Amino acid sequence: MASAFAYAPAPESRSVVDIAPSYGLFIDGEFTEAADGKVFKTVSPATEEVLSEIAQAGEADVDRAVAAARKAFEKWSALPGSERAKYLFRIARIIQERSRELAVLETLDNGKPIKETRDADLPLVAAHFFYYAGWADKLEHAGFGANPRPLGVAGQVIPWNFPLLMLAWKIAPALATGNTVVLKPAETTPLSALFFADICRQAGLPKGVVNILPGYGDTGAALVAHPDVNKVAFTGSTAVGKEIARTVAGTRKKLTLELGGKGANIVFDDAPIDQAVEGIVNGIFFNQGQVCCAGSRLLVQESIHDELLDSLKRRLSTLRLGDPLDKNTDIGAINSAEQLSRITTLVEQGEAEGAERWSPACEIPSSGYWFAPTLFTNVTQAHRIARDEIFGPVLSVLTFRTPDEAVAKANNTPYGLSAGIWTEKGSRILAVANKLRAGVVWSNTFNKFDPTSPFGGYKESGFGREGGRHGLEAYLDV
Amino acid sequence: MPTTAPNAAHALADVTASDGTLRRFLHGLPGVDAVGLEARAASLGTRSIKTTAKAYAIDLAISMVDLTTLEGADTPGKVRALGAKAVHPDPTDPATPSTAAVCVYPDMVATAKAAVAGSSVKVASVATAFPAGRAPLTVKLADVREAVAAGADEIDMVIDRGAFLAGHFMKVYDEIVAVREACGTEARLKVIFETGELSTYDNIRRASWLGMLAGADFIKTSTGKVAVNATPANTLLMLEAVRDFRAQTGIQVGVKPAGGIRTSKDAIKFLVLVNETAGEDWLDNHWFRFGASSLLNDLLMQRQKLATGRYSGPDYVTVD
Repeated sequence: MASAFAYAPAPESRSVVDIAPSYGLFIDGEFTEAADGKVFKTVSPATEEVLSEIAQAGEADVDRAVAAARKAFEKWSALPGSERAKYLFRIARIIQERSRELAVLETLDNGKPIKETRDADLPLVAAHFFYYAGWADKLEHAGFGANPRPLGVAGQVIPWNFPLLMLAWKIAPALATGNTVVLKPAETTPLSALFFADICRQAGLPKGVVNILPGYGDTGAALVAHPDVNKVAFTGSTAVGKEIARTVAGTRKKLTLELGGKGANIVFDDAPIDQAVEGIVNGIFFNQGQVCCAGSRLLVQESIHDELLDSLKRRLSTLRLGDPLDKNTDIGAINSAEQLSRITTLVEQGEAEGAERWSPACEIPSSGYWFAPTLFTNVTQAHRIARDEIFGPVLSVLTFRTPDEAVAKANNTPYGLSAGIWTEKGSRILAVANKLRAGVVWSNTFNKFDPTSPFGGYKESGFGREGGRHGLEAYLDV
Repeated sequence: MPTTAPNAAHALADVTASDGTLRRFLHGLPGVDAVGLEARAASLGTRSIKTTAKAYAIDLAISMVDLTTLEGADTPGKVRALGAKAVHPDPTDPATPSTAAVCVYPDMVATAKAAVAGSSVKVASVATAFPAGRAPLTVKLADVREAVAAGADEIDMVIDRGAFLAGHFMKVYDEIVAVREACGTEARLKVIFETGELSTYDNIRRASWLGMLAGADFIKTSTGKVAVNATPANTLLMLEAVRDFRAQTGIQVGVKPAGGIRTSKDAIKFLVLVNETAGEDWLDNHWFRFGASSLLNDLLMQRQKLATGRYSGPDYVTVD
């Protein structure tokens, strides 16, 4: 945006976080090297700078970590809920106290704007721990029987799009209910989980209750296949989710999966247009669209298509892409070269299939992984960009004529994680929401999260709920 | 850049053909989701404006101030002091821009005019039985004519909120048109909605379009005399209205938030709203104003701080 009022750079200081040149695995309360000595590097996606060298967990390390968690389980699960709550409250408070440091760290490792880590990720992480801390001594009132028991050792595998937040979604309910955990962060974003390990020590959490094993897909596979794991929780792609389901099939392990999505954001002709535009932008460009519940399909009523698209394009032209540490950055870097190439391939396919591609004029930095905010018009249900999860800042615009058609198109996907409804008519919100097969339906907003609200999918978006009272069930023997 | 024209034949001229068409038009405007509007305003409020951008914004904000005194206790001496300050806000630094205008009651217009003579500072006068607007139309129009005759460059009128809330949109419209006429060709007209009394965002959007259709040169939030005055959200909403009105008619209308903006930080947030909503065509005191009194001193202190690297304190800016 060329304007007389050009915002000077306003970078958040990097000096608030001290990243060590190397990190070990966190097993039984200690940082340790991998048994086979393997390491991998984690880079800043905005600059490709190497941030640190991380121990890579192998099968032997998974054995060690699961054994540590098993050993810790006996005492941890026997603690009164009010005692477990104290640890969780303490963790929540430390996260708040260290939130600036963690926000900068997350932005460096993940590439998302500091505005988001500061105003969304970190407050939600702390809120999640506070929320489940509150449940720890009230489990008998949660509706799962008089004395619901924990499952044992939880093996948890989380994605790179919200590294610390996904950790919180997994660890907070697991610990509140009395389980112990072995968690594998994604290979491109291991740092905040390792800082969390340090927070566990700072909070005096008993050894072995939380174990962190950085690594690639094979580490995760070894963890979910481990015979002494009682519970598997995974957030990530549908392909990997199916693999995990096959691994776990026939065992006594309890499984929850939170997988991909192709969320429909439905805009009716009586919508509050300016706020709908904000919601569309937030729905697909929040975290560069690398959000499983992103509103990646815009379903707009044909009668307001042109007007809405004009507004949307004007708004996209004001988005500021660049240094994620700059407090005025709206669009940060794509998390990895691999993800960037996936986005690029799908977008090229969209063009080849005849959809019309548009991006605002925007300067792309010379190093790092970047993708300009993009929207496609003239998209139909038959296009791959309307069916496949792109997991990037790419919006497919489709039209509909009637509410029934909107519902039919919104549901016409193998996924079913999220949807949005934009209308000023309350009765229409309720009627449409009831017909949408999606785990989360937002009305006149999008991408709003709260620890008290259950989150999860229909169909190939997975099963099980995280958050809220419902989120306890996944970690209880019920 | 489009110029203002009196309520000429534009794309929406037939909207005001009758009470019915006007009502249907205003009620046909897209609704406003209050939560979403306020969230957007708050999110723009997190923009971090530093160094060169801050210096630019502070000078721009100073140049946009309608330096205001609207007290029963106003005297010629007070108005002359205000005029002098508007022309040279910071006597220690002649590079400081003048404010856009001084804003006074009609009986002080001549005094104000003399005080700013020879400068770029305009004289704005509130009129139409400000702030309540509860007077017969003939009285309101006489009020306006007196102010214009005394040399007012700008008239800040209040709408009849009672008529608006009772749904008599045409009455409000006709009154604005009549005031517009009384302003003649010289004076620019600012239309004050008293957004705190209109109460809902839907009403503020309707009032904005009503005012623009009737020929307002500026739409203005409030009088500064009620509990809720300018807020980021209601100003954002009005900026959307002027942006959309220009897109439909080619006519550009200014925006003036007034009341409650006291710090440089607040003022800069409003300028961010302008920049990212209406756009840079509005980043000029011909199209955007702050109705304020104490704001100016804070802007001056921040300006000195940027120049010298330290805070001086209230004794280094003038009291009025």
